[in-house]
Amino acid sequence: MERSLKPSDLTEIPHQILEEAVRAGIEKDDSKRAGTLMHVDRETIYTKINEKFRNQIEFMDVKDAIKKYPWVDDYRWKIVDRDKDEYTRKVAEDFSGGYFIHVKENADITFPLQACLMMAQKEIEQKIYNIIIVDEGANVNIISTCVQHSRAKKASHLGITEYFLKKDSYLNFTMVHSWSEDTFVRPRSAAVLDDGAVFISNYLSLRPAKDVQMYPVAYCNGKSSKASINSILYGHTNTKLDIGSAAILNGPESAADMTSRAISRNGSEMILRGRIEAHDPTARGHLECKGLLLDEKSFIHSIPELIASKGGAELSHEASVGKISDKEISYLMTRRMSEEDAISMIIRGFMDVGILGLPSQLEKEVDRVIDLTADAS
Amino acid sequence: MYILRAENFGVRIGNRWILKDIDFRLKRSQIYVLFGPNGSGKTTIISAIAGLPGYEVEGKIFFDDKDITDLEIDERANLGISVAFQYPPEITGVKLEAILKRCLDKDPEDDFSESEMQMIESFKLAEFLNRDINVGFSGGERKRAEMLQMFFLRSELLLLDEPDSGVDVDTLKLMGEQLQKYIDDNEATALIVTHQGGILEYMDPKYACVLFDSSLQCFADPNRIAKELRQCGYQCCIQCNRKVTRPWNDH
Repeated sequence: MERSLKPSDLTEIPHQILEEAVRAGIEKDDSKRAGTLMHVDRETIYTKINEKFRNQIEFMDVKDAIKKYPWVDDYRWKIVDRDKDEYTRKVAEDFSGGYFIHVKENADITFPLQACLMMAQKEIEQKIYNIIIVDEGANVNIISTCVQHSRAKKASHLGITEYFLKKDSYLNFTMVHSWSEDTFVRPRSAAVLDDGAVFISNYLSLRPAKDVQMYPVAYCNGKSSKASINSILYGHTNTKLDIGSAAILNGPESAADMTSRAISRNGSEMILRGRIEAHDPTARGHLECKGLLLDEKSFIHSIPELIASKGGAELSHEASVGKISDKEISYLMTRRMSEEDAISMIIRGFMDVGILGLPSQLEKEVDRVIDLTADAS
Repeated sequence: MYILRAENFGVRIGNRWILKDIDFRLKRSQIYVLFGPNGSGKTTIISAIAGLPGYEVEGKIFFDDKDITDLEIDERANLGISVAFQYPPEITGVKLEAILKRCLDKDPEDDFSESEMQMIESFKLAEFLNRDINVGFSGGERKRAEMLQMFFLRSELLLLDEPDSGVDVDTLKLMGEQLQKYIDDNEATALIVTHQGGILEYMDPKYACVLFDSSLQCFADPNRIAKELRQCGYQCCIQCNRKVTRPWNDH
């Protein structure tokens, strides 16, 4: 993408790029957003902040932020270890950009922020680094979509994200992955929560991918900090997903809940991990994982882990993996649904957006994204 | 004409005959009550009529003179047969609202009409619309939701499996009165399987019998059977078979 093409309005973005982004959940009318950023291949091609929120947020390419604010370095690689693995090392060496989001103290960002990271070139290895800082008392909803354009073959996406939630802040972060059958994906991310901070992290992956492995960690260090980590995964067409998350409860009365729904079909292999560690006697956590296996060619391995190092901590989990129940199908058929309609209602219900803890308007939007993707497959 | 006819009807699970070689007929605009001790196969009869899987059926079943013996569940439902399950399944993420709309043949984005909403409210289910069906519902809430679905389906033959077990008096009254009204208004027929007969207090059924020993026995007045059962249990009730005979087939 040439510099000279940098658009000032989303409508100026090449149609075939914008449409793919919209399909993955980007709102075309960015007046409905507090801000929009698009990074395509190795360049941020678009950033816009809604005038309403100009004084409350900073939203720009992370490379620009690093140049503009020396203090950003104080945050970089603070919670993700740059030597964790070959992927973190690759991004630490060189990255093309990513987003920098800074929500200022007590800001109430009533519209969601949106970001789209897209791979449009063949065989590209996209290396992204993102930072999100939510200052004391601020609250914000963010939708981040990662897309492989249908014309880009064999792309790989390495993405680091570090989230900092200050005292009494609220971050509702929804990540939508929309890959292709040959995409290789390695996100690495971590969040740290101060006193009273609330982090709701949602992950949706509904299209095929070749290989995705991620294991984000939330450190609930502050008193009464709370992480809610949810995912809806639809693995099909030989997709390999190794998806998990961990919550480390260090603060007094800190809490975590994790809810995931996974559907595996048509040769998909899924490993679903979840780990809650309680290191304070007043911490509590709950983990719930449900897997639905739609055929004999697919596979789900659910690994829930609970670790407590202090007496008094309350941790629990429930996990189930199975095929669609015949009784549920028969039940819906007595309500005049064909067998096929009954099965699709059960599958669609399984991907219930209600588990994500989204504000109602966003819930409707994300529900539509699921409809679009579910229809496409 | 009968809404339902069973001829040489038998149901088997594996090697065990739940029912063998029975004939019965149900008329329109009537309420039939089927009593029976635990494990006698009451649920099996309802399941076989509805076409639920897991049973081998012998003989023939006719709905409005149409042979439905080999029809699928949804084909029977489309003809007007519905079931209120004793233990309806919990379905993750499938909302009561979505199912009610399907029953009414509405699109998901359509709203309920005023009268539909009134019906939902009278069944005290308005606050459950956005809940996963049956998940965390109390016994009474499940039974009310089951009955409401039947009404929204505009069913002609309502098969109710223990609608009165585990529900409080208010719910019994509501369900009994609503069912009676539905039957009267729509010239529909209900076959109610019951253990105790609690719902009968709020309805006016004319026909009943007891399922015992793989056959239908004691075709007597429902309230009389219920009274006998309360007094001396099933063994005693079966004895009176000698005294009372009014098989439905004669009606």
